[in-house]
Amino acid sequence: MPDGVISAQPDATAAKFQFGAARNFFRQRSTVGFLFTLPLILLILILVIYPSFYAAYLSTLNKRMTSFVGLANFAFLFTRETFWMVVKQSCLFAVTAVFLKAVIGFVVAHLVNATPARGQRKWRGMLLVPWVMPPALSTLTWLWLFDPSYSALNWLLALVGLGPVPWTGDAAWARLSVIVVNVWYGAPFFMIMYLAALKSVPAELYEVAAIDGAGWWQRLWYITLPMMRNIIAITTLFSLIVTFANFDIVWILTAGGPVDRTHVFATWAFRLGIQGGDIPLGASVSLFMVPILAVAAIFILRDVNKRAERI
Amino acid sequence: MAGTQLTRRRFMHATAAAAVSAPFVRGAQAAGSLSVGFWDHWVPGANKATEEIVRAWADKEKVAVKMDFITSQGNKNLLTIAAEAQAKSGHDIFALPTWYPQDYAEHLEPVNDVMDVLIQQNGDVNGTVSYLGRTKDRWLAVPATVGSQIKGPCSRIDLMRQHAGIDVQAMYPAGGPPQADAWTLEAFLKAAEACHRGGVPFGIGLGQTSDSVDTAGAIFQSFGAALVDQAGNVTVKSDPVRQALEYYKKLATFLPPDAPAWDDASNNKWLVSGRGALICNPPSAWAVAKRDAPNVAQQCWLHGMPAGPRGRFAPFLPFFWGIWAFSRNKPAAKSLLLALSTHDAVAKMVDVSGGYDLPAWAKLTTLPTWAEAEPPKGVLYHYPNPHHHQTLSIAAAPAPPAVANQIYNQATMTKMVVRYLQGEPLDATLSWAEREVEGFTRG
Repeated sequence: MPDGVISAQPDATAAKFQFGAARNFFRQRSTVGFLFTLPLILLILILVIYPSFYAAYLSTLNKRMTSFVGLANFAFLFTRETFWMVVKQSCLFAVTAVFLKAVIGFVVAHLVNATPARGQRKWRGMLLVPWVMPPALSTLTWLWLFDPSYSALNWLLALVGLGPVPWTGDAAWARLSVIVVNVWYGAPFFMIMYLAALKSVPAELYEVAAIDGAGWWQRLWYITLPMMRNIIAITTLFSLIVTFANFDIVWILTAGGPVDRTHVFATWAFRLGIQGGDIPLGASVSLFMVPILAVAAIFILRDVNKRAERI
Repeated sequence: MAGTQLTRRRFMHATAAAAVSAPFVRGAQAAGSLSVGFWDHWVPGANKATEEIVRAWADKEKVAVKMDFITSQGNKNLLTIAAEAQAKSGHDIFALPTWYPQDYAEHLEPVNDVMDVLIQQNGDVNGTVSYLGRTKDRWLAVPATVGSQIKGPCSRIDLMRQHAGIDVQAMYPAGGPPQADAWTLEAFLKAAEACHRGGVPFGIGLGQTSDSVDTAGAIFQSFGAALVDQAGNVTVKSDPVRQALEYYKKLATFLPPDAPAWDDASNNKWLVSGRGALICNPPSAWAVAKRDAPNVAQQCWLHGMPAGPRGRFAPFLPFFWGIWAFSRNKPAAKSLLLALSTHDAVAKMVDVSGGYDLPAWAKLTTLPTWAEAEPPKGVLYHYPNPHHHQTLSIAAAPAPPAVANQIYNQATMTKMVVRYLQGEPLDATLSWAEREVEGFTRG
């Protein structure tokens, strides 16, 4: 046997071993799972984590971005009347809109669920239209409806001897208008999530409850709501985050006016940072959403986890 | 690339004899490449003039030019500027809106050499361009013809005559100097009242977008009312500011009741729909009326602002072309900016934009397009301020630009008017504005 052959044997064994190890490594479920999620992890790193840290860095610079000022931008914001008005308005906007979306979504989900299966698909499709339309586009349509001078809504009101209503010209009406559009856009999301949750409630539970003589309200209170509770919590949290950070609806409809009364964090940050040329202050405003949303997320997710542990 | 780019020495050599461009190139693409971010004009077809001028220059100079026309819809151009400045990468030349040369001063290549040539060639620039485009002795950017505008009154000839007894054509005759000594803020107020009573109110917004802010700025300046003076002192609680607010409150009662919600489209719609006797705007509203409501367009007349105790001021909003400091082909960029500001190039831009675009140069305010525009003949004659009858200014000037930008973009003046109009005591409004402005002066 030539020397070369003898000496090649250990290499082949080593290669075989390495190949086997690699195969085992790739066969592990955790590895496969990691590789599948890697593109998403990279996307999150590039599009979320890096911009977040960069925004935090920007918020520590002075107006001309030439020197480090620490938390001075945040300290300055605390002295501004407009900032506190934006905090108040953002909370009012997000809480009111999410509450209305949740209530409307819940009611509509029940109505759709009660619709016979044959027509249900059509209703689901139609009711999802506001949500699948690009919000900027649908808000433009609302803008025309709310137009102070040529509003279709005011024209209708005039027909019945009412109005005209200054939809976007008066602070109270303007706040109502942005909430209405946000609810119109977001309620279908709640509806579809709640509908999915309703469909996952075992029918046997209702049958047993009916045998026991439970009424409509008791079935809702003791079966439907507990079974949907996690979905309600997670949908609410998700919507709260999106609504709180809403930009397009408010910007297109009122641009924060009149007299700043409809600004939310995102629109005010844009006004200060991009339009006003004070990027560090704009970044500080936008970062202020983080602690508020973090507190909401902690409370809601803790509740969800507790229930999951009990189950 | 250095060996193939235009050098500063060659650029200076070529411009020394006040010749426009004509640099420095031998062989195809010998002068490298250039990328330009222009503003996407909202007048249909107006980009074509810029495109043709740039192409002709590029062919002559053998520079490979890439042009992007970036819309201001959704502030896309502003976002791109911010992104490019942060990344220190992007276009070589960018069309910068009014306040942006000052905001991005550290990121811009000085263009004193270009401005020296252009001022010699086209005459001096107005004070607003100096205020916005220069810091101390350093020119930050070149005033762009494309997109620059004056927002003077556009009146309805018939409605002003019928309700206010004012003949705007006689006051601002086509082809001749203004006869407008009686066109004062008091006359303006009386006309506003008369037109309001006649059911065709003046369409002046009190919102937070630039059209509303510009008119407020001009009226404040007519009273000498500045929220911050040139030295940066807060001067909100001053007599001129009180007078301006008192006046504006009276005027606001004759404006449409929804004026606080108006945006930049509202006044245009107001005029085109025939509901109002006057708006303050560049000729875009008239141009739309010409297409959509010819009977309205035939009655339009652009003219000067009313004079106040401290003079006659008109809002001027220039665009600029700036060269990023990170540009890799600055000599070619400067050469292109010279080519974009020749008499012929400016005339072409003005013509293709239907008279909308305004050069900032003193010698270029009497181009034929404005004299010949119709209907009615001469409607745009006074639009470019050919007789220098009014001071072209911008709201919040003369405050230091970094502060003025905040006052302008936060619409502090129109907010003051609305607060006072809605019943807030004058002193409370002034105190609120003072606190706001003090915040803007932070470094």
